[in-house]
Amino acid sequence: MPIYSKEIIKHFKNPKNVGKIKKPSGRGEAGNILCGDIMTLYLKIEKNEKGEKIIKDVKFETLGCVVAIANTSLLTTMVKGKKLEDALKIKKEDLIKRLGQPLPPFKIHCSLLAVDALKEAIYDYYLKNKLEIPEDLEKGHQRITKTKEELEKRYKGFQAFEKEILK
Amino acid sequence: MKKIYLDYAATTPIDPRVTKAMLPYFSEKFGNTMSLHSFGQEAKQALEESREVVANLMKAKLNEIIFTSSATESNNLALKGIAFANENKGRHIVISSIEHPCIIESAKWLEKQGFEITRLKVDKYGLVEPDDVRKAIRKETILVSIMHANNEIGTIEPIEEIGKICKEKGVYFHTDAAQSFGKILIDVNKMNIDLLTTSSHKMYGPKGAAALFIREGTKIEPLIHGGGHESGLRSSTVNVAAIVGFAEAARICQREMKIESERLTKLRNKLIKGVLQKIKGSHLNGPPASAMPKALRAGPPASAMPKALRAGPPASAMPKALRAGPPASAMPKALRAGHPKKRLPNNINFSFPGIEGESLVMQLDLLGIAASTGSACSSEKLEPSHVLLAIGLKPEQAHGSLRLSLGRWTKEKDVDYVLEVLPKVVKRLREISPFKR
Repeated sequence: MPIYSKEIIKHFKNPKNVGKIKKPSGRGEAGNILCGDIMTLYLKIEKNEKGEKIIKDVKFETLGCVVAIANTSLLTTMVKGKKLEDALKIKKEDLIKRLGQPLPPFKIHCSLLAVDALKEAIYDYYLKNKLEIPEDLEKGHQRITKTKEELEKRYKGFQAFEKEILK
Repeated sequence: MKKIYLDYAATTPIDPRVTKAMLPYFSEKFGNTMSLHSFGQEAKQALEESREVVANLMKAKLNEIIFTSSATESNNLALKGIAFANENKGRHIVISSIEHPCIIESAKWLEKQGFEITRLKVDKYGLVEPDDVRKAIRKETILVSIMHANNEIGTIEPIEEIGKICKEKGVYFHTDAAQSFGKILIDVNKMNIDLLTTSSHKMYGPKGAAALFIREGTKIEPLIHGGGHESGLRSSTVNVAAIVGFAEAARICQREMKIESERLTKLRNKLIKGVLQKIKGSHLNGPPASAMPKALRAGPPASAMPKALRAGPPASAMPKALRAGPPASAMPKALRAGHPKKRLPNNINFSFPGIEGESLVMQLDLLGIAASTGSACSSEKLEPSHVLLAIGLKPEQAHGSLRLSLGRWTKEKDVDYVLEVLPKVVKRLREISPFKR
């Protein structure tokens, strides 16, 4: 059995929606250089005639492993054209299911990262537009920030370790 | 699609000549080496002849070779066997910080049993400073274990100097030569080695065979007890077919070593030079190849220089990354002295900032090139290679690393194909990355 499913390889070979959006409605970042995956997600959000917020466009940039790249690509195809509130409901399990293969435990965090980047971009949009931030989104943001800080701390540990080696 | 295998440091295909030598030992000459009858005698004879061949390749005596199943087993036996047999003398062991995981984990386990471990730092090329070994040795030190050549970055350690120090101090010296045995010359006497690990499947022999050289008179305890095979140091029915294959592989390496290492060195240097020229921001991890840092080129007159250096390209033609070499004073002694052979002939390890190693390896695999990475996402630890961090790379540089290891069936056209494909793949992955260069 190959390591990765056809779906993963498909997105990895030809990732969709790669790039940047100039003046995005929201921009989200997730990951840390220590674990090797960093991604940035850009959203363009507009209201439709019913007044609902719609994700008109989405782009991403990922420095990461195969699953990280495939995941962000897949996620962008899932949210494009969707209502903001529906996009917020996407969980990492939905991505894993779509990728068509059970991921090894240490790869699950790559799927979480993609979802995190999306939520951070939406959070950024709410913040910029001074909208009331849903409780779940706020909680998520705090968790992501905390993880980032923890990783940063470990990264600093690494830098100290490096310095010692170079001494 | 054509497939190019450039992961010979992970494992090698069995040479057809080796397969041929092994075949009679499966169904025909299948005896147990401990049996008294003719079947047993036949197997025993094959075993002892194999022992002689492997012993010859490192200038050891026949009774100094113990066959095991893997380099991991040999390394476990060396560390734990010496530790338990000599703990009345002391409980201190010295290793380097870039050893293979089977040494690192064995040492960590011994630490839990109350042994004390010193892990020596390495310089930016991955070299252990022999003087650090001297300083680390104490009254309680029973063993120094420093690898001969590193599996990730190909650094060849100054084991002859380290061996000399250990001999002076009366401490056992073990070296893990899994990556170097059969590729470069080893003389256990000249190098003052007391224990040496080798592996068959890294040198075109089968998996499941390996050896540990143990100098006569060394105090060591077995890990596996039983029928008393291998002088009581490794009980287990002997895997004769695999060992016969190992010996045949060693025989071939001995015969072809000189020509093969020259051929591979040329291919290696071509690939290194090409990649550093073609890929912006690329960096060679480990010791420099034939093209030496500036400080050396400005050194002794060409006539006094080793041939390999004289044949190097003129400075102006050299890639920037190489021209910006470290000043002479900061360079390890061996390099300052103009030693061009501190890197395994078949090892290449690059860093490409702005991309992640696993993606690079998978992308190359889709294009028919089999390579490897020491990157986090390939392992469960999510942390970059300990070797690359030890030589001073930042985590982001270590994540974007690629190891290409050449071997017996690598041709020049394979190198050309990599030089054509790799720059494109790196460029593509950098385009996806948020850190565009």
